[in-house]
Amino acid sequence: MTEKIDWNKRISPVVHAVPPSGIRRFFDIAAEMEDVISLGVGEPDFVTPWSIRESCVYGLEQGYTSYTANRGLLELREEVCALQKRSFNIDYDPKTDVLITVGVSEALDIAMRTILSPGDEILIPEPCYVSYKACASLAGGVPVPVAAKIENNFSITPADLESHVTDRTKALLIGYPNNPTGAILTRSQLLDIARFAVKHDLIVISDEIYGDLTYGGERHVCFAGLPEMQERTILLNGFSKAYAMTGWRIGYAMSNPAIIAAMTKIHQYTMLCAPITAQIAAIEALRHGEKYMKKMVSEYDKRRRLIYDGLTNAGLKCFEPKGAFYIFPDITSTGLTSEEFAEQLLLKEHVALVPGTAFGQCGEGYVRCSYATSVAKISEAIARIEHFVQHIK
Amino acid sequence: MRELLELLEHDSRRPASELAAMLHRSEYEVEQQMRQLEQDKIILSYNTLINWEKTGTDTVTSIIEVNLTPQRETGFDAIAERIYRFDEVRTVYLMSGSFDLLVIIEGKSLQDVANFVATRLSTIEGVTQTRSHFMLKAYKKDGIIIEDKEEDRRLVMTP
Repeated sequence: MTEKIDWNKRISPVVHAVPPSGIRRFFDIAAEMEDVISLGVGEPDFVTPWSIRESCVYGLEQGYTSYTANRGLLELREEVCALQKRSFNIDYDPKTDVLITVGVSEALDIAMRTILSPGDEILIPEPCYVSYKACASLAGGVPVPVAAKIENNFSITPADLESHVTDRTKALLIGYPNNPTGAILTRSQLLDIARFAVKHDLIVISDEIYGDLTYGGERHVCFAGLPEMQERTILLNGFSKAYAMTGWRIGYAMSNPAIIAAMTKIHQYTMLCAPITAQIAAIEALRHGEKYMKKMVSEYDKRRRLIYDGLTNAGLKCFEPKGAFYIFPDITSTGLTSEEFAEQLLLKEHVALVPGTAFGQCGEGYVRCSYATSVAKISEAIARIEHFVQHIK
Repeated sequence: MRELLELLEHDSRRPASELAAMLHRSEYEVEQQMRQLEQDKIILSYNTLINWEKTGTDTVTSIIEVNLTPQRETGFDAIAERIYRFDEVRTVYLMSGSFDLLVIIEGKSLQDVANFVATRLSTIEGVTQTRSHFMLKAYKKDGIIIEDKEEDRRLVMTP
């Protein structure tokens, strides 16, 4: 009889070292429940606006089914550059400064692989999106988490970052408006970070996927639009959140021609190009989608106020989110850990949310609630959470 | 005010507490403003959109193009009023183009509607011509898709 092969031993230690997703266990429990209300979904509850879907269908009818240029359709790159010009007055050349990717996820991955050599460190403010650290590790880099503090409204300051800088620090990754906290950075806060980046000569990856989703009169400030930051920045953005296009997998990266050319090299050998169907839809989104996007943003804003009010009244201390579609209440008053809170709430009240620890160690004591769901469901979820919190004390 | 109206237009049954939270205002303020909007006839009524077909109730809807001879002093308004006062008439619009009034009528049967047009509508002084179109199927009404098959297909939890 042949000996049983341990396939786990054949897997690269780099992959082994990456921890599994912090939400898997909750997903498995929630998926079994019938009447679960989920505040755990990190994507819009809207379907992609019809005019965008219709343009893709028309494209298919016209036979647009081929590869595109590695960098993406020139028409789309031109629209993306025009958007940066009219939104933030930044000049990008569509021929050299932009790469269309398969979602921001791919852009993030290849940006890391492009700039990180083995052992290079990248500063990553936490709590943050779950992929940041994993992508850095898979690229051979060393992610260095930096805790954003609740007393600073979950923003990050040079003082927070400074003590983590070593002679191996190569880059900084910022993701604002932030998933999971809903925090944004003001222009003056971003200027402080820009000075910090220059002082330590860092490349800045700025994930601005939630940039269109800001509330309460606060407009998003693009990091690349700050003085002298355009060259130093790898700007990542896409269509998933603002245009409710998560499943289309379409995003882009913008930077200086050298970095974009290097990223394109990885992209051409691994992905070849983003799907042409999604690229056609993205052109329509940029040309005619703004009014639909604004309507969705206004809807999120009303839900944001409702959930902030509701959770606060339920006895949970909350930082009022200013962007994205998440709220990150402090649950320490219940005496439970984030994981315990999430699990017990799910089992007892059938409300799914994500423990703060899924977004970094400093997320302990918090949970992430997404308000990208209907008002009726938010109201019901708040009532259940209130019931849960009252009976735990 | 606009935000409040948009919320109510979409769902008039929202409780004042919910509206107040969504608009960042007090419940009292919201209730006051709603009362004022009702008094000013900005809010005219709180209706419910019902798919009567599903209840087995047969109704016939006819869309009628009406040509008029406008009258001195009152133009189209006086004739329009004589038309819209009938209970059978659901909607009346003054139109540009090849006819003057668009009138939507609901009745229990084809006969019922035909009878109304022949004996009541066409005989009004100033009405010179009518063209009736019977509605066969409603796909969308007042912004609501009647049989919407789109649903929430998202996974229950995503990062």
